[in-house]
Amino acid sequence: MLSINNLHARIGEKEILKGLNLTVNSGEIHAIMGPNGAGKSTLASVLAGREDFEVTDGSVDFEGKDLLDMAPEVRAAEGIFLAFQYPVEIPGVSTTNFLKTAMNEIRKHRGQDPLDAVQFLRLMKEKMKLVNIDQSLLSRSLNEGFSGGEKKRNEIFQMAMLEPKLAILDETDSGLDIDALRIVAEGVNQLRSPERATLVITHYQRLLDYIVPDFVHVLYQGRIVKSGPKELAMELEERGYDWIKDEIHA
Amino acid sequence: MTPTINTYNHFKDQLLASFRLAEDRMNGEAKTAFHGIRRAALDQFDRLGFPTLRHEEWKYSNVTALLKEDFDLDASSSLTANDLTQLEIPNLDGNILYFVNGRYRADLSRVVSPASEVELLSFADAQKAEPELIGDHFSRYADYQDNAFTALNTAFAQDGIVIRVPANTTVAQPVILRFVTDSREKNIVSQPRNLILVGRNAEVTVSESYRTLGDGAGFTNVVTEINLERDARMQYYKVQNDTEQSYHIGTTQVRQADSSHFYSATVTLNGNFVRNNLNIVLNGQHAEAFMYGLYMPNGKQHVDNHTLVDHAMPNSYSNELYKGILNDSGTGVFNGKIYVRPDAQKTNAYQSCKNVVLAPGASMNTKPQLEIYADDVKCSHGTTTGQLNDEALFYMQSRGIPKDEARTLLLYAFVQDVLSQIKIQPIREYLEGVVRQKLGE
Ligand SMILES: Nc1ncnc2c1ncn2[C@@H]1O[C@H](COP(=O)(O)OP(=O)(O)O)[C@@H](O)[C@H]1O
Ligand SMILES: [Mg+2]
Repeated sequence: MLSINNLHARIGEKEILKGLNLTVNSGEIHAIMGPNGAGKSTLASVLAGREDFEVTDGSVDFEGKDLLDMAPEVRAAEGIFLAFQYPVEIPGVSTTNFLKTAMNEIRKHRGQDPLDAVQFLRLMKEKMKLVNIDQSLLSRSLNEGFSGGEKKRNEIFQMAMLEPKLAILDETDSGLDIDALRIVAEGVNQLRSPERATLVITHYQRLLDYIVPDFVHVLYQGRIVKSGPKELAMELEERGYDWIKDEIHA
Repeated sequence: MTPTINTYNHFKDQLLASFRLAEDRMNGEAKTAFHGIRRAALDQFDRLGFPTLRHEEWKYSNVTALLKEDFDLDASSSLTANDLTQLEIPNLDGNILYFVNGRYRADLSRVVSPASEVELLSFADAQKAEPELIGDHFSRYADYQDNAFTALNTAFAQDGIVIRVPANTTVAQPVILRFVTDSREKNIVSQPRNLILVGRNAEVTVSESYRTLGDGAGFTNVVTEINLERDARMQYYKVQNDTEQSYHIGTTQVRQADSSHFYSATVTLNGNFVRNNLNIVLNGQHAEAFMYGLYMPNGKQHVDNHTLVDHAMPNSYSNELYKGILNDSGTGVFNGKIYVRPDAQKTNAYQSCKNVVLAPGASMNTKPQLEIYADDVKCSHGTTTGQLNDEALFYMQSRGIPKDEARTLLLYAFVQDVLSQIKIQPIREYLEGVVRQKLGE
């Protein structure tokens, strides 16, 4: 589904991704771990199409198409979803209105008719239950004045609504208590299917108790330096990253 | 361009000459108290002359282009009801009064409120029918000593509207004043003069709108004087959706007595050169004033809002929010003054001006001015001017919303704080439509 090849990206003069390779097949869940500043969020942003980052080399193939050639909104319509590490406040636009616009734009891209108000509300009700989110939150300006946990839950709510093929979760677990963590995991697991895949960026293996990954990768200094089964996450939790750094620099 | 003395004097001389000519043709009228005020105002206008950029209040608003236009001071018009269809606002109900080139047109107007609820008469008729009323109120509120345009309007005061709401009366239907410049045949000057008197515990909603028919230049110089008695409530909207050949300079002067409430929204969607002065004197305890504004200059449009809230008595409240979207080479000015007089303890005064600049050629000048002479007050002010938030745009795009659409959605949300204040639904919807169209361009 996703094939990242020798990806190099920089912001300004600073090179952040330095030849990153990663392959994700449909049906799989991949965890990406790594120390602060390794380039995890940069990878997520580049995949979502953020223009601040300049791709200087390499390629990204998504379902047989050149992902890097698409505008961010086209990527979304093609099935990419990024749950932001720091969700942005959108003053004056409610989650409901925002999502309705987003969904109908995506449907337009796919040649589908827009959802009518009744269909949209029915879908909302269903997904609200899933992530245990309150109607009053959804009628407020998106993310404005939301607590950290509310923002993260709202990201998962949006993901549940948009049902992406490839979901990228950038530290959605950080700052969440155990109940919220379960809700996030529930949202991801609900989407689990042979046609979909998930990239979970996280600091803690805690989340991986609930979202069990097929593969764990370590991103360090702009590259995937180690990959392994889910047990690798446990090892990282216990031993930290220093041994990996030592391995590389050795 | 540096204005030459000639540029500044030509239009002025033309106006002075026209005044004198009209005066010579008067009979007994020249001796009335009313005309005495006009004459004094003319003399003051003569002394002041048109402001240059050196004038502190006109630092960022250059009237040279206006003064260079060749205006015809004859305001006659051949406009008929048929011509108005293109200006109509769908589903608009209420008292709809038309003024063409500043003159009231009863033939085009519709009054639906009973006379017991509200007295609506043209300023020209009021001069004849109710000279005491005019004598008691005309030029009592809007001071012309330091404002050449107010002086000019006062000198040429002839027509406009007089609205009087008796005590303890709620005017159920809004009073919608539509000022139309008919510049199809010539360049037009119109100087409406309005007087709105809201009695004790009375309530009324008034909207002033400005439109132009034709490609000629139009200069509107309007003064509206408003007096709210104790416990009176008023919604006041000033709406400008004018042409690229229009110049608008206007002053709305409000005086509020105890516990009166004034809600205003000043919305400037189009116009070549616009200067709105909104001056409010809170001359009573527990008086409240809410002032909202929206301006969206693009192309080469210039919109200048000067507001003044004068807290003269204790325990009064004012709250002000002006918002601007500036595009292309559009320019904007916001100057918000708040005075809190020594007696005005327990004043609450809030002011905020927020702007989005969409193009490198567009610019905004903001200047809050607080002068506080009392010690037990709560005042705050803040201005922001910036671009659209890139992170917000990317966030929206990442959910599938194309960039242009995302931009429109953000900007539309930005203006809603102001538009949602307009309680005459057809007018609000009309404005929302114009805003959408403008944002989509
Ligand atoms: N907008 C930016 N401008 C400059 N440097 C940036 C920017 N965003 C990220 N970086 C730098 O890129 C590196 C990788 O950051 P990031 O991808 O956020 O790491 P991670 O998510 O793994 O903690 C860090 O050194 C960070 O300081
Ligand atoms: Mg990060």
